[in-house]
Amino acid sequence: MSIESNPHLNNPKTLEVMSRVLKANDTEAAANRACFEQMGLLAINLMSGPGSGKTTLLEATAKAADFRFGVIEGDLETERDADRLRAVGVRAYQIVTGTSCHLNAKMVQKAINPLGLDELDVLFVENVGNLVCPASHELGTHLNVVLLSTPEGDDKVLKYPVMFRKADLVLVTKVDLAEHFDFDVQKVRREVQQLRPDTPTIALSAKTGEGIEQWLAFIAQQRNGA
Amino acid sequence: MHEYSIVQALLDLVEEEAKKAGASQVERITVKVGRLSGVERELLHDAYTIFSEDHFCKGAALELIDQRVVLHCQSCQSEHTIEKLTLACPACQSESVQVIDGEELILMQLQMH
Repeated sequence: MSIESNPHLNNPKTLEVMSRVLKANDTEAAANRACFEQMGLLAINLMSGPGSGKTTLLEATAKAADFRFGVIEGDLETERDADRLRAVGVRAYQIVTGTSCHLNAKMVQKAINPLGLDELDVLFVENVGNLVCPASHELGTHLNVVLLSTPEGDDKVLKYPVMFRKADLVLVTKVDLAEHFDFDVQKVRREVQQLRPDTPTIALSAKTGEGIEQWLAFIAQQRNGA
Repeated sequence: MHEYSIVQALLDLVEEEAKKAGASQVERITVKVGRLSGVERELLHDAYTIFSEDHFCKGAALELIDQRVVLHCQSCQSEHTIEKLTLACPACQSESVQVIDGEELILMQLQMH
């Protein structure tokens, strides 16, 4: 058969696919979720811009928590965050992503065994500091918690709507500095509601301890509901 | 700039679907890009041009459909395509709304030989 007369080459066929582009990641995320549920733990994805205080929050959580937790850390380079957490007695595993600006479900999957989920009640995944890219990749965690620190400014919620739409809880961190940065916590609360009604916002400071109790109460409530 | 990893996922998915359908060449790829998907169409296109060079999909045109956010109001049962990101019903102001379109990145259609 000549090329010209081969109908397969001449008539393009149309296939309706209707599939999420990140389907492969979704599948890996579902496997992670099944693994977390089998181990009976609550998994929380912490997302924020760099320097908003994710690791500091976890250090403060380690001091006050009545549950056992481990942390999977994501950073482009260094073991610094995992080292800080190990220093306060938290089991931590560092993923060094190299150039990747976000974690994906497969990276988390690979970190589960080296970390070990036995004897843990809660697993935190500390995503790469970035208010954009991590929002697009499901990891299989039960909850997304998004941090916004007062020095970043109270205008960020509507500037990064994709990220804040994903939040099951918003934490305003470094609230002890709010007055120095003219940071309006109520404005953040309002704008979070605007993007996703019923999403709570907790203002806290790892330094003064303000709000830490509420943060722990939120986790306790989620663990009971999980 | 996560469009790079998204393009990789797209190319893999297209190859998988095309081969499953017995195609030898892809001519056109249609993707719906939601305004709230976190993906920038222009960047996605640039990344596609670069990464499809050495791929099964080489030469295939990439069509990106701009999908605005669509709300369904659970109070008055109306549907609205919105421009401004306030998740309240433009008709009755209820906040009991669901985003029913505009958040996803979907491979819609393939044209192939």
